[in-house]
Amino acid sequence: MKRLIRTLTRCATAAAALATFAALLPAAQAADLKVGLSVSLSGPNSSIGVPYAKGMQAALAYKGEVNGRKIQLVVLDDGSDPTAAGRNARKLVDEEKVDVLMGTSGVPSAIAMAQVGREAKTPLIGLTPLLLDPAENPWVMTVAQPTQLMIDAVVERMKRNGVKSVGYIGFSDAWGDLVYNALMKAAPAAGITVLGNERYARADASVTGQVLKLLALKPEAVMTGGAGTPGALPFLALQERGFKGGVYGQHGLINPDFVRVVGSAGQGALMPTGPIIVAEQLPADHPSKKIGLDFRAAFQKANNAPTTDAFSAYSFDGWLVFADAASRAMAKAEPGTPEFRVALRDAIFSTKEVVGVHGVYSFKPGNLYGVDERARVIVKLDNGQWKLAP
Amino acid sequence: MSWDIALILGIDGLANGAVYLLAGLGLVLIFSVTRVVFVPFGDVAAFAALTLAAFETGRTPPTIGLVLTLAAIAVLVEVVALVRRHEAARIPKAIALWGLLPAVPCLLAWLAARSGMPAAVQIVASVLLVVPIAPLLARIVFQPIADASVLVLLIVSLALHFLLSGLGLLFFGPEGSRTQPLASGVLTLGDGFTVSAQVILMVGSAVVLSGLFFLVFERTVAGKALRATAVNRVGARLVGIRPARTAILAYGCASLLAGLIGVLIAPVTTMYYDSGFIIGLKAFVAAIIGGLVSYPITAVGAIAVGLVESFASFWSGALKDVIVFSLLIPVLMLRSFLSVHSEEEDDEVDQ
Repeated sequence: MKRLIRTLTRCATAAAALATFAALLPAAQAADLKVGLSVSLSGPNSSIGVPYAKGMQAALAYKGEVNGRKIQLVVLDDGSDPTAAGRNARKLVDEEKVDVLMGTSGVPSAIAMAQVGREAKTPLIGLTPLLLDPAENPWVMTVAQPTQLMIDAVVERMKRNGVKSVGYIGFSDAWGDLVYNALMKAAPAAGITVLGNERYARADASVTGQVLKLLALKPEAVMTGGAGTPGALPFLALQERGFKGGVYGQHGLINPDFVRVVGSAGQGALMPTGPIIVAEQLPADHPSKKIGLDFRAAFQKANNAPTTDAFSAYSFDGWLVFADAASRAMAKAEPGTPEFRVALRDAIFSTKEVVGVHGVYSFKPGNLYGVDERARVIVKLDNGQWKLAP
Repeated sequence: MSWDIALILGIDGLANGAVYLLAGLGLVLIFSVTRVVFVPFGDVAAFAALTLAAFETGRTPPTIGLVLTLAAIAVLVEVVALVRRHEAARIPKAIALWGLLPAVPCLLAWLAARSGMPAAVQIVASVLLVVPIAPLLARIVFQPIADASVLVLLIVSLALHFLLSGLGLLFFGPEGSRTQPLASGVLTLGDGFTVSAQVILMVGSAVVLSGLFFLVFERTVAGKALRATAVNRVGARLVGIRPARTAILAYGCASLLAGLIGVLIAPVTTMYYDSGFIIGLKAFVAAIIGGLVSYPITAVGAIAVGLVESFASFWSGALKDVIVFSLLIPVLMLRSFLSVHSEEEDDEVDQ
């Protein structure tokens, strides 16, 4: 807790310092590239927001300039509140005149920022999955993986393991629905029957009833749709009931606290994630291996601590996508102008094969997401460690 | 549904019911003596569980700081009250009672946080550490407004819950914890049907503690004083019982129960900073079934809530809590038909 507070203070101080710096030298630094980040440094989302901010610091240290022009980073705290995120975006655009917006932890907050980006004609590089109509939001794209891409990987793995029927248990909220719908879309094509659709609330103490009902249908494997520590509940209940089939998870569970709580019940569980989680174990020819290790080193240097999460890596990828697009856009217009922002958006949407730590990015207009199959790996929980399961 | 599934659900429900029983007893005890629906009861249980989890991960639990801060505030409140009543001679005793006594479990917890301490010491330290929380809160918050209406007391109690769960988030973070099992092993009851030792421990503790409760109320002076205050506060005062003192005793007992609940359930459920609220709410359903006065009916209600919850999660996982809380509607209707209405606020006097 103390460390978190210290980090928050440091981030806030850094943000304040940067803001003052930017305010003091508007004329001299006008030609610099400016990145505006709004992120949840406080509030319930801060456990995700703080890593985002740290990842951005690592990115700034890793690549601080494009074509000889320095990049300035302005960080604002949205307190996990979508309204504040929208206000921050407005402030970044109107007062700081940023060239690109980035953010944030939490889908509603990111959508609030996207609306400002659209009105102010400033590109937004989202760092979380976004649920928006791309046709109506031509200024928005995200570096996160779409849920379907991740669940497809799980279903492929089930098929390879010879699973014919799978039972589903997940949260009784939007996340549980999202995973279930993706599973229902992918499973029939792979010849897998989905049995049952059991739900539980994040705050529930026990899922024995749901698990008993699921096991009565005799599935060969179980797919779970939870996230974080509450996501461990089905694993524990299945172990208690002596379930011997495979248990599959998804990327919402990749979290050190989940590993701590699930204990031996998570042994051998398979789930998809971005390659950064197992950067060291990737084969040498994996596109994200080298940049992943570079990111680890940059993060260690910038924050004086190792990375343990997947979130800071999204910030890093967002930065890489921006830097690549900016270098091309600079040929067309001068940074800080509306023309540059248009050129930057067009450049981002013509991104080709930019290698990031979470995958390889190629954006095109009409699509929010820019990653393909290279943005996911299947990992296996083995004695409390994530092991690449090729 | 086959018989073995029903049996497993039944045992699961019984284990949950045992926890609600203990929590229900605590709620009824506090309500009958002080007319406070003690919403933060579950938070105290969560604090005990998370304190134990902090011990196990080798951290000094921040709960120590909370208890010491509360003790300091309570001493301040008490000293100011004594000075205003010109009873300065009693200040040393007040400091010993409100300041030094709560510091004892803090010291024990601080020692238990050293590495190499056996699990038993840590469990005892976790339970004892939360015991002063409810009495101290009662001294600071509830004693000055002891004669307010039930509604005001309920609102204050609710505010206190939000304060405590906020502090829980600050202290223990948003992610949950589980602790090592208190009892390992399973009991096989023929035909592959097993009951885990932890469940036996939970049900056993509920039975033993309710037995102890019964004995204390029937056989000891303090228990009789509690009962007397619950039955009639004015009458109790007339025979020399001080409601303020019995109230603190009731809060202490309830806090102890909450601590026991915390360490009993921490190994079987993932505890979060706000898990206590749902436990307290379900115990409240049980207590309402008992009309917030009857211990035996509360016990039956608690077992019923546990069983309904367990079977509801089988039939419809998503609607489980809806089903449990819907139990309140028929119970409240039945109670309002059967009870004789009286003006409840009439017989209250200054303490």
